Amino acid sequence: MASNHGPKGRRGPGLAPGEKLQKGIVKRVVKDIFSFFPVRLPIVLTCILLSALISAMPSIFQQKVIAVIETAYKSGNWTGVKGDIFGYVRILVLLYSIALICNVIFTQMMATITQGTLKKMRGKLFERMERLPIKFFDRRPVGDTMSLYTNDIDALRQMISQSFPQMLNTAVMITTVIFIMLYYSIFMTAVVLSGVALMFVITKFIGGGSARFFFKQQQAIGKTEGYIQETISGAKVVKVFCHEDECREEFEQLNEHLFTVASTANKYANILGPILNNMGNILYVIVGIAGGMFIATGARNIGLGGMGFSISLVVPFLGMTRMFCGQIGQISMQINAVVAGLAGCERIYRVMDEEPESDEGYVHLVNVREKNGELIETDEKTGLWAWKHPHKMEGTVTYTPLRGDIVLDGVDFAYNEEKQVLFDVSLFAKPGQKVAFVGATGAGKTTITNLLNRFYDIADGKIRYDGININKICKVDLRHAVGVVLQDTNLFTGSVMENIRYGRLDASDEDCIAAAKRVGAHDFISHLPEGYDTIVSGNAANLSQGQRQLLSIARAAVADPPVMILDEATSSIDTRTEATVQAGMDALMKGRTTFVIAHRLSTVKNSDVIIVLDHGRIIERGSHDELLKAKGQYYRLYTGAFELE
Amino acid sequence: MVIRKLVGSIRQYLASTIATPLLIMGEVILECTIPFYMAELVNRINAGAAVSEIARFGGILAVMAMGSLAFGMVAGFTSATASCGFGRNLRSDMYAAVNDFSFDNIDRFSTSSLVTRMTTDITNVQNAFMMLTRIAVRAPFMMIFAFIMAFRLGGRMAWIFVVVVPILGATLIRVAYVAMPLFRRIFKKYDRMNESVEENITGMRVVKSFVREGFEEHKFDVASEDVRKDFTKAEKILAWNQPVMQFCLYAVMVFVLSFGSYVVITTRGVEADIGQISAMLTYSFMILSSLMMTSMIFVMVTLASESANRIVEVLDAKSDIVSPDPEHACESVANGSIEFDHVDFAYKGNPDNMVLKDVTLKIESGKTVGIIGSTGSGKSSLVQLIPRLYDPTAGTVRVGGVDVREYDLDVLRKNVAMVLQKNVLFEGTIAQNLRWGNPDATLEELKHACHLSCADEFIESKEGGYEYRIDHGGANISGGQKQRLCIARALLAKPKIIIFDDSTSAVDTRTDAMIRKGMREYIPETTKLIIAQRTASVEDADMIIVIDDGSISAVGTHQELLKNNDIYREIYESQNKGGDDDGK
Repeated sequence: MASNHGPKGRRGPGLAPGEKLQKGIVKRVVKDIFSFFPVRLPIVLTCILLSALISAMPSIFQQKVIAVIETAYKSGNWTGVKGDIFGYVRILVLLYSIALICNVIFTQMMATITQGTLKKMRGKLFERMERLPIKFFDRRPVGDTMSLYTNDIDALRQMISQSFPQMLNTAVMITTVIFIMLYYSIFMTAVVLSGVALMFVITKFIGGGSARFFFKQQQAIGKTEGYIQETISGAKVVKVFCHEDECREEFEQLNEHLFTVASTANKYANILGPILNNMGNILYVIVGIAGGMFIATGARNIGLGGMGFSISLVVPFLGMTRMFCGQIGQISMQINAVVAGLAGCERIYRVMDEEPESDEGYVHLVNVREKNGELIETDEKTGLWAWKHPHKMEGTVTYTPLRGDIVLDGVDFAYNEEKQVLFDVSLFAKPGQKVAFVGATGAGKTTITNLLNRFYDIADGKIRYDGININKICKVDLRHAVGVVLQDTNLFTGSVMENIRYGRLDASDEDCIAAAKRVGAHDFISHLPEGYDTIVSGNAANLSQGQRQLLSIARAAVADPPVMILDEATSSIDTRTEATVQAGMDALMKGRTTFVIAHRLSTVKNSDVIIVLDHGRIIERGSHDELLKAKGQYYRLYTGAFELE
Repeated sequence: MVIRKLVGSIRQYLASTIATPLLIMGEVILECTIPFYMAELVNRINAGAAVSEIARFGGILAVMAMGSLAFGMVAGFTSATASCGFGRNLRSDMYAAVNDFSFDNIDRFSTSSLVTRMTTDITNVQNAFMMLTRIAVRAPFMMIFAFIMAFRLGGRMAWIFVVVVPILGATLIRVAYVAMPLFRRIFKKYDRMNESVEENITGMRVVKSFVREGFEEHKFDVASEDVRKDFTKAEKILAWNQPVMQFCLYAVMVFVLSFGSYVVITTRGVEADIGQISAMLTYSFMILSSLMMTSMIFVMVTLASESANRIVEVLDAKSDIVSPDPEHACESVANGSIEFDHVDFAYKGNPDNMVLKDVTLKIESGKTVGIIGSTGSGKSSLVQLIPRLYDPTAGTVRVGGVDVREYDLDVLRKNVAMVLQKNVLFEGTIAQNLRWGNPDATLEELKHACHLSCADEFIESKEGGYEYRIDHGGANISGGQKQRLCIARALLAKPKIIIFDDSTSAVDTRTDAMIRKGMREYIPETTKLIIAQRTASVEDADMIIVIDDGSISAVGTHQELLKNNDIYREIYESQNKGGDDDGK
């Protein structure tokens, strides 16, 4: 379990150098949000638009008011101009009120939209994930998939709730301000814009450097974290070998490297603010001087509004310069968030776009009752099951009773094209028979069991369940008919009772307790502090390995399928607990067709058929006594001359 | 207390730590003075001043901006150095503390919690530290300074700030006060939701084989909806900050334009002039945004303080197993004899559960001793007392006739090698891992040890042989191979006592026997303790100890125990008869 948290699966948000964003990703996000909130989103957009437009306006009023002041400046006649000024101010107040209302509406709605979108995205992602084939999980570290729900969704939140509105706001404001500026004076606009262009270049340069080093920092953190994880979980070994000083030394090296990249990354990030800020100040001064020069020299102004240079024009220009620079500062703060958000989005979409597990099966498992030797389908819970097999060609339906007869016929299989894992595997199990698979790691034992419930589809050959090709059986029904007890017990957070009921959701408490009793789990459960209500957490160690196994056996017992796959645990539990677990497994196997991936000779000995596998081929088969007589691999294994793992 | 402890980790970065706020004050002073001169400049222009005068003012302003830029950049550098350096020292201090931990300490904190404390928590504190040195100084200082400047420059106009600042301040405090506990609760729920996602990913085979996809989706949807509701509520509260800030800015704007015009016109530019109007707007932005910053920092620091507490907890934890002071410490182990004298033992986390009860035992140097008993009977606890991984609750453990507490820890542990039940190899080459046992071992010695532990064969088949790289957690070698390497590693230490804690469980019986034979010949004087599940592993021992429920049930040879001890016989029979025959 610890390996799930290893540094390999971890990654920070954001783009790795060289990683490129897919085209159209922004469009897809916006489209998705729109489909989730077809009414709210347009309202929000309108509000942002209005509020941004109005926020860009004051310079106009400033210009007007100052123009009025200029006329009354010498005379000092307040009453004469009072009306004009208050007239302007009244309009401004009105506009501001609208802007404020818009602001309240869009910020409140944005909270709803953001969280709603995240929830929808999470839900869609989870839903798709649950339907993906096992193959998908094989090739992906757990940490990578987890990161979608933590890092990437978080990045998305930041992007939707803050960056998107901010960017839109900025875009509108800047456009409006540019128009107002052009209206006033083209010369002055040119001065402002050239300064802003320089700011852009610098932002890009510093931002690039900071992104590069933040990525390096992420890597360094990963390495350091890996080392800490390794040496703390191995602390007992460190102590037993008195290796503390060596570990510290090695750690200090990693720590030193982390410090170097982290401080460089932060230096880049820290200076961006002061640079933009003071460039803004300098630009402010330049605009002031330029304006002053134009007025003093009496230069001719060219502007769409046709006004001459005057103080009433320079003052609002100064305000607009400040606004402009402020907006650039805002964008520079959002850029990283946007990139991280889009990168996260892309990863989420990539998983959503994965092909889900297909199911073309048309043979279903149904409840039946027997009447005059014939099987008749019914909705009642009769406890009697049959395969309902429609034959399209003939237009008939046949019912085959569910018995648990399994046949593998010439099965070939490969996880990927390069390496075939199973070669021409043929075997059969009559209902109630016990088949044990024996062989070294990688011989193909687990693979065979994975094919039975169609976690993977075979390349060649056939597998039949009660004489029906399992490719024809609907996966859901097939899996209902095949139970598993895996080595990794994988319990789920919840009570003991809920974990047992996982096997069959409509099982009553009595059913669950009965199943626990049957497999010998009842004893330890009643000794737990809260009995069946004790909360088990998926990975916490409030249960011992043996107890967890007993629970997973009880879970399978409640499901009560005619075919069971058992993967015995290899981990060392002591002889006595092992005996309990063994007894539980034996109880579970009773009356079922069972495939056991065996690790204990006692289990193997008691099987009807033993299949010895080597490199994907069956090399020996037979009962215990037959195989001992043959003096082959199994004989060597049994006498301890061969390792069983 | 917490603060004082943390401050102790600043050390060589003290200069940068102090320089940062000073530089930032310089930056702020210049930044706040700029609008003041700017207003003057505007007034001159309005008054029709000569170009040379405008240029002179412009020059002053440009120099001020350059100065502010210089201060800001240097502060950016020093604060990066200070905060990352602080984080580095903190990490280093924690690692050193954890390194000195006794097993009891480690058990109490748990590995995953220690890892989180050394990574996420340190990052949080480091970020808060950077905020504190930069913005926590910048924001309030700017607010105060801008306030003063606004009054100096704007006269009566500045009174508007006395109105809007409390409005914004109250809102910010209120929002933080309501939202913060909400956010804390959400993060917990959020974590729980993600834990259940992780359960799903790791348990996907179970989900699929029980056809529980729909069930899980529903479960997830409920949790996710719960998170959404709370999160929306919290964000809506937080969302009030922006319009209120906007309102304050607007209010200043309206007030300055109307009342400002009145002042300018009626006093004919004496109390305030046109330049002052635009400067007031600049100040209003400075004041209000620094107020907002302050509240942000407040929230951040509060959240980081939890991390800080968790860090200090680790720094403050004192190891309860330390070497005696060097003058009195015993510097050599005479021989490999072991003696338990009325030893009681309970783990500190669970003091009521006596794991060992009145164990008295004597093992002569050089003997091979088997230990057998069921899980939880106290076998592992017993042997862990020998290299002083834990101290007994009562009684004495002696090695070479001396109480283990009198030895220098390094000396003791170098003489008592142990192959633990939880075998751990580290990322690195096979040779590097083996040299943990003896850093000076030659390749010949490595090969010899591996020959004895039957590891040589598989090592030579690996690409690069002894230079073959082992992955994180030893993921690229099998369990049996791992155990063989761990045995070789312990052999290389040439200890007086070697302990095998169920360390051949994944090795086949023949190899198991070969390893034991090799040891007898290679290290005849070393006392060998073997904890095993299989009676076969201890059959040929000089003496076998049967432990049951924390006490010694019997001591004897294989034959004696078969005759006299029920527990031993039961275990032996269950393993040699091949289980119950009515299994079907």
